[in-house]
Amino acid sequence: MITVRDVTHRYDKQVVLDEVGLSLPVGQLTSIVGANGAGKSTLLSVISRLIKPERGSVFIDDLDVLNAGDDAISQRLAVLRQDNRITARLSVVDLVRFGRFPYSKGRLTPEDHVIVDEALDYLDLQPLRDRYLDQLSGGQRQRAYIAMILAQDTDYILLDEPLNNLDMKHSSSMMTLLRRAADDLGKTIVLVLHDINFASCFSDHIVAMRDGKVVVQGPPADIMQRETLRQVFDMDIHVQDLHGMRLGIFWTTGAPVGPGPLGQETPDLEDTSLTVG
Amino acid sequence: MTLLQSRTERASRVAAARDHASPEERRRRTRIRVTLGILGLLCVLAVAAYLTYDVRGSWDYAMDLRSRQVGSLVVVGAAVGASSLVFQTIAGSRILTPSVMGFDALYLLVQTVIVFFFGSATFLMMGVAERFLVNAAALVVFGMLLFRWLFGRNSRNLLVLVLVGIVIGSLFNSLTSLASRVLSPNDFLTLQDVMFATFNTVDGDLLWIVGAVCVVGLLALVPLLRYLDVVDLGYDSAVALGVPYHRVVTLTLAVVTLLVAVSTALVGPMLFLGLIVANLARQVVPSHRHTDLVLGSILVGILSTVAGQFVVGHLLDNGTTLSVVVNLVGGIYFILLLMRTVRL
Repeated sequence: MITVRDVTHRYDKQVVLDEVGLSLPVGQLTSIVGANGAGKSTLLSVISRLIKPERGSVFIDDLDVLNAGDDAISQRLAVLRQDNRITARLSVVDLVRFGRFPYSKGRLTPEDHVIVDEALDYLDLQPLRDRYLDQLSGGQRQRAYIAMILAQDTDYILLDEPLNNLDMKHSSSMMTLLRRAADDLGKTIVLVLHDINFASCFSDHIVAMRDGKVVVQGPPADIMQRETLRQVFDMDIHVQDLHGMRLGIFWTTGAPVGPGPLGQETPDLEDTSLTVG
Repeated sequence: MTLLQSRTERASRVAAARDHASPEERRRRTRIRVTLGILGLLCVLAVAAYLTYDVRGSWDYAMDLRSRQVGSLVVVGAAVGASSLVFQTIAGSRILTPSVMGFDALYLLVQTVIVFFFGSATFLMMGVAERFLVNAAALVVFGMLLFRWLFGRNSRNLLVLVLVGIVIGSLFNSLTSLASRVLSPNDFLTLQDVMFATFNTVDGDLLWIVGAVCVVGLLALVPLLRYLDVVDLGYDSAVALGVPYHRVVTLTLAVVTLLVAVSTALVGPMLFLGLIVANLARQVVPSHRHTDLVLGSILVGILSTVAGQFVVGHLLDNGTTLSVVVNLVGGIYFILLLMRTVRL
């Protein structure tokens, strides 16, 4: 379990995390949502000790993240952020091998090579194995980075906006893949997402943040409510139920119908426009 | 296919995995080895040619002089090559080298200040060894301060760093020219002498000391190389993979400062040498591993200083100096690199 206690952090005078306390469940896929500047990425960076917060503590199970050794954490928790520098002459397999660095410090054992191989298989990267990273498309490169994270073989995986720069097809296959990793491999996965509908359909647990605070958290069904979403995003988002998936229609304010009574769907609309197939 | 197979099942695959490199990968490894081998061979040839070309008169005299010259060229080439390459990695940019960040200007400033405050008499009376020690010590101290300050800023914006380097460089240069304007003509002449790199007159004992320091510095780099491979992925990935980032960067900077300081103190400033050598090495050696890259950069460094000085000294009859040629070629190359990066 990831436990965050009283974490406060500011950039200059701007408070980005304001006494955040949180515990994230094991073996589940958790999404962190919120507007730009709500503190999502900073929270993720603090949990993965990329940023040292002003105050507060972070525990992974009983491991004190802010004070533990580099190896102890990197064998327990993997994190992928978006601003990855692309080194020249780095092939896919070389990148994935870096995932074994916490264990072998660059001198890979035969067992490491097997794990690297498995990670490549898991992401269907064998055909691209010897390609250099700068010869790959955005989606393929993202997959290569995920393979590195999986090769790190940690119980906890943190991803900062993994759908950034991916088209619809690659976004949905990325989410399917992460869902599979949580279900098959028992990984605890925490994502920062911008699209509330991906968060709603793929996660077990949603944490909603605003202005450096956790506004509300719970299963998707609890969060995907018109009134709750209004609190988080300051937008009037109509929520539809489509075969158990709760979808927020956020492209236009108030969306397909005029502002009805809050928190209550209009059944006739659901029948007419959305039960197509 | 599950990722986490049981240990026993995995053990059976371990044996098969000895052959983990694909044919393509093995081809690439061979190519890197061959490239490094050719570079090494060229270095040996260049050194041999430098020593034996057109010896007139006493062989003993020629060998003594030329071996000292070639020794200093090799030491400087190796030190500049290795330090520039790892500096690029920790700076996260191909256009930043210690010289570009103002290190050479710092050297000139230190010289000027010494002459300014103590006069050329003291400067000349100090033996070569003392002058070297003062220079090297001042460069190490101020170099560490300069680099810590540069890297301590949170800004990892490349253009800002280049700009800061250039501003610092021109600040040091203006201070240097201000000080040299108020010098007496005699002092100024003395100063002019040390302002340009020269390989022609290198003290033998000094060369041994500098050579030893360089070897120690290069050996100190060896355990860091594996970490630098990961540092090249960027701060976030490196920390996530358990690299003690600040320790690695600080240690590397210390070694870089030492290497650049001793080689500059030995022969003088060679502004764009590191830039050319490190980038050339990255182009010639198709690898991401720093063991290959640093070795390649050392060899390219030795080759370019020795071969360059061979052309300038033997073929052009010292019509110009190596540092002038290096600055001309390197300056053009630097502008090209800047233009390419900015367009990105």
